[in-house]
Amino acid sequence: MPAVFRFALNDLPPEAESLRAEVREFLQKEFSAAPARRARSWGGFDREFSRRVGARGWIGMTWPKKYGGHERSFLERYVVMEEMLAAGAPVSAHWVADRQSGPLLLRFGTEAQRQRILPGVVRGELAFAIGMSEPDSGSDLASIRTRATRTDGGYLVNGTKVWTSNAHLSDYAISLFRTEVVPDKKHEGLTQFLVDLRNTKGIAIRPIIDLAGKHHFNEVNFTDAFVPDDARVGNEGDGWKQVTTELGFERSGPERYLSSISLIRELVREVSAHPDDRGAEAIGRMVASLATLRQMSTSVAGMLQAGETVNLEAAAVKDVGTTFEQSIPELAHALLDIEPTLNSGSDLQQVLGYITQTAPSFSLRGGTREILRGIIARGLGLR
Amino acid sequence: MSTDLRGLLSDTVTRLFTDLATKELIEAAEKGTWPDKLWRALEEGGLTLPLVSDAAGGAGGTWLDAHVVVRASGRYTAPVPLAETIIAGWLLSRAGLEVPFGPLTLAPVHRDERLTLTRSGGGVTVSGRATRVPWARDAGHIVTVAELDGRPTIALIARGVATVEEDRNLALEPRDTLEFRAAPTVAAAPADVPSDAIYLYGAMARAAQMAGALEACLVQSVRYATERKQFGRPIGSFQAIQQNLAVLAGHVAAAGMAAECAFRAADADDPRFEVAVAKVRAGEAAGIGAGIAHQTHGAIGFTYEHSLHFATRRLWSWRAEFGSESAWARELGRSVAARGADALWSDLTAR
Repeated sequence: MPAVFRFALNDLPPEAESLRAEVREFLQKEFSAAPARRARSWGGFDREFSRRVGARGWIGMTWPKKYGGHERSFLERYVVMEEMLAAGAPVSAHWVADRQSGPLLLRFGTEAQRQRILPGVVRGELAFAIGMSEPDSGSDLASIRTRATRTDGGYLVNGTKVWTSNAHLSDYAISLFRTEVVPDKKHEGLTQFLVDLRNTKGIAIRPIIDLAGKHHFNEVNFTDAFVPDDARVGNEGDGWKQVTTELGFERSGPERYLSSISLIRELVREVSAHPDDRGAEAIGRMVASLATLRQMSTSVAGMLQAGETVNLEAAAVKDVGTTFEQSIPELAHALLDIEPTLNSGSDLQQVLGYITQTAPSFSLRGGTREILRGIIARGLGLR
Repeated sequence: MSTDLRGLLSDTVTRLFTDLATKELIEAAEKGTWPDKLWRALEEGGLTLPLVSDAAGGAGGTWLDAHVVVRASGRYTAPVPLAETIIAGWLLSRAGLEVPFGPLTLAPVHRDERLTLTRSGGGVTVSGRATRVPWARDAGHIVTVAELDGRPTIALIARGVATVEEDRNLALEPRDTLEFRAAPTVAAAPADVPSDAIYLYGAMARAAQMAGALEACLVQSVRYATERKQFGRPIGSFQAIQQNLAVLAGHVAAAGMAAECAFRAADADDPRFEVAVAKVRAGEAAGIGAGIAHQTHGAIGFTYEHSLHFATRRLWSWRAEFGSESAWARELGRSVAARGADALWSDLTAR
């Protein structure tokens, strides 16, 4: 009987566990916030916080020392990430680079790019956005149309990227452009670039306000924006292979089941005050899923450490994980007679208000539920 | 970690079940025929007592080794009390008692049922009633855990001293009621186990068996979806089917992970938290997974002729045996609530 997934049991090594204590101590000292702010977690963008994390050596943890990295294990990095997320720390200013842009440059970038960029990332000073989606290209990423046309010493870029989180606050965006139109072969002719968002003429960044009235998304418009040759990441035409690798990095972390952790905590607090059968059962079911997802996620980290390919397992954790995250507000409504609020009422009400309005994005960002299930179905041999 | 032993157990059990746990054998068992050949092959292959020491005739392994066997028994829907015998053998060896040959079972399986042990003359007698005891009519002996002299005590009882009232679960596996009236035990000795050890380790075993049966559901469903054609193409090429099977695969993975973690915890110390997690999570997966497997198979999967029901009927019964999801979820929820919200994450990461 063929094994579909390989979720090997993983025991975190002692050095990772001692690191956990350090991270908790750091967070206790450096990050005190009410539950409603903790709920924002990785929506939080705080350069000062990221610098302090960098100073502790917790960015670029697995990268080579010659680029400022710390050559520690994936499992140690994993522990740092899960502790930050569980505490709802504002990690946005460093973790896109830590999670995917930096690893991408390490894999496909030039030596000069690595020297120029990675040390700043490691210090928590350089923030990255992700330049993938376009107005007509979401799940069908290979259909992007933003063109990078050859010119003297580089490329002229024309087109529009959307849903670019924190582009207005970031320094760079690894962006996917079309350098060649190959008829009927949309996966060919794509190339990735390291785009300097602050110093490139012809880039206009406009906010896209989300349903809760918040600004984190942007539309990034390129009009004859000049991107030099030395900003190209990898060879022309290798963009598709590279971007799927990058998405693998994006999907393999612990963040895909922890988005509702602050609401989970407040629900446990509420039920603990008056534990009846119904409340206990609901909490029990919730914790059973949470504990299982954590073990699955830890397993993925262990396989990454062992150098294994985890795309299928990561897709499964994200699919099961986001379904779980989205079930938590439902659970709150099933269990309690409370109204979700914006800024008034109890911590629980405010956290519920925030998570309720954010939850739809859980199964959209980083690959929609349908795309992930397609990946799993391919792994099952159905497509 | 005895990874070599685990590989050996895995190979042996897979080969043995593939050869012997056939559709014909399972159907015969459902009509009441004890699968003697399968049981003897399991005993001869050293698969019935993975946790009993080499010296006492076992494999000298760990719970994680046993997990391989228990999970496979679910995957191949083997109609034998293998999980029960493994737990019974472990309990007996914890008490320093000799493990008899033949299939063993455990009683009572319900948390609110008790058997009473009493000193009488030179020996110990047992009294009381235990319902839904797995495979009681086929077991040579019954193992129970009860208080004696104020300590948890393991007792070995010959099945012949009990009156047996026969019944079955949805999968037609024997689930009998046993009645003891000051019946003699073969042996009894104290052991350092929780007083509800049968309930606890039984739930752990059922979680792993459910994980195995869910794997069977997934593999059968994927195979059927690639073979069955409608509208001129395999039904597995339709996105609706692909999405459903991806959901099933996620539940299979979650149930498997939860079950394996429980066995790992049993090797470390008290697995109560992980067992609760596993029984709840695997039970939820059982309900959803069996549903998707049947939906994928259409009407043919609803027939007795097709073998899908061997797995799904077991899932429907196993999720309720040794405590339902709701019972275990309440226990888990109460312990989490007692520790409080701020201990949740640190408790979780300490496991």
